[in-house]
Amino acid sequence: MLERRKVLAHVLEKRGDALLVSSLGTSTYDLFAVSPADENAYFWGAMGLAVPAGLGLAIAQPERRVLVVAGDGDMMMGIGSLSVIAAQAPENLGILVLDNEMFEETGAQSGLSASRADIAEIARGSGFEKTMVARSEDDAAKLPDFLLRQGGPVLAVVKVGPSTEKPFFPSMDGPELVRSFRSAVI
Amino acid sequence: MSDSLAAADDGWSAQVYDLITHSGISLVTTVPDAGLTSLLRLCGDDESVCVVTLSTEEEGIGMAYGAWLGGTRALLCLQSSGTGNCINALALPAFTQSPCLMLVTMRGQEGEGNPAQLPMGRAVKNVFEAMGVVCLEAMTKEDVVRQFKQALDMAFAEGKMVAVLIAQQVNGVKSFSK
Repeated sequence: MLERRKVLAHVLEKRGDALLVSSLGTSTYDLFAVSPADENAYFWGAMGLAVPAGLGLAIAQPERRVLVVAGDGDMMMGIGSLSVIAAQAPENLGILVLDNEMFEETGAQSGLSASRADIAEIARGSGFEKTMVARSEDDAAKLPDFLLRQGGPVLAVVKVGPSTEKPFFPSMDGPELVRSFRSAVI
Repeated sequence: MSDSLAAADDGWSAQVYDLITHSGISLVTTVPDAGLTSLLRLCGDDESVCVVTLSTEEEGIGMAYGAWLGGTRALLCLQSSGTGNCINALALPAFTQSPCLMLVTMRGQEGEGNPAQLPMGRAVKNVFEAMGVVCLEAMTKEDVVRQFKQALDMAFAEGKMVAVLIAQQVNGVKSFSK
């Protein structure tokens, strides 16, 4: 199992002008912990919508790389959006699924990817041509190039363990999150 | 006249399309409905408008939020049955006070031939208003244009969640007779 915050820090070490979207819960805490920026759209709710929001952002900002950091639970809830993305085929969109195979935020109940669901295979079946699964440090070394520089849409599933570090909470002021993102980006 | 020809001249779509393009909306997302056929065709034929077919309506709420973050305006077009799919998704524009503009063709109203359409059709206004969505009802073709104009201002000048509900009688009732 890879360490989620370490992998994310590695991916975002050279994020350049990429725009980030993180799903509710630990993905948002990890993004805020390792790469806080106005160009991060943190979700606090609306489970399943981080990936569709990433698509909307990628369409609105075709010159910028957009990377969605989603938990496996969020990805499963929005799983139909993978077909929508494949149909649109935005070259600037990457999806990083931090797959801990559990609903960590609500008490570490087992998730569907712990059972039979294979998110990377679902992405391929939805029309994604570029997917990868990272289980080792060697796999993880390929992630920054795959997620931030290869022509999209791309999706990487990263098999991670549960959080080991304390959560970092970004602002819960919704209008302020939007204002700061928009003034940094538009 | 075939259904598609009738839809192409439905008496409101051309004017709503003009309002869409003149107000700077460049993203139209949809799970389609028969009553939206003409409008979606007009938008689809326009290269300046990106039309995205969704797998479920709440994706359109997420996409509109992402588009707004990136400086683009979006419209979600859906049938009334899809409004129920959007409820928790509406927490996103509500929490962030972001624009959320929806155009809804109603089912489950007077003359509905499919009883399965009745529960959601009757509940649309109540559930939307419970989430803070302003509902503007359109009973005639003229209403659709007038209410859509108002909805544009409410969404993009005031940052509100707003839905124009097009009554079933505007586009005619779907027939289930054999």
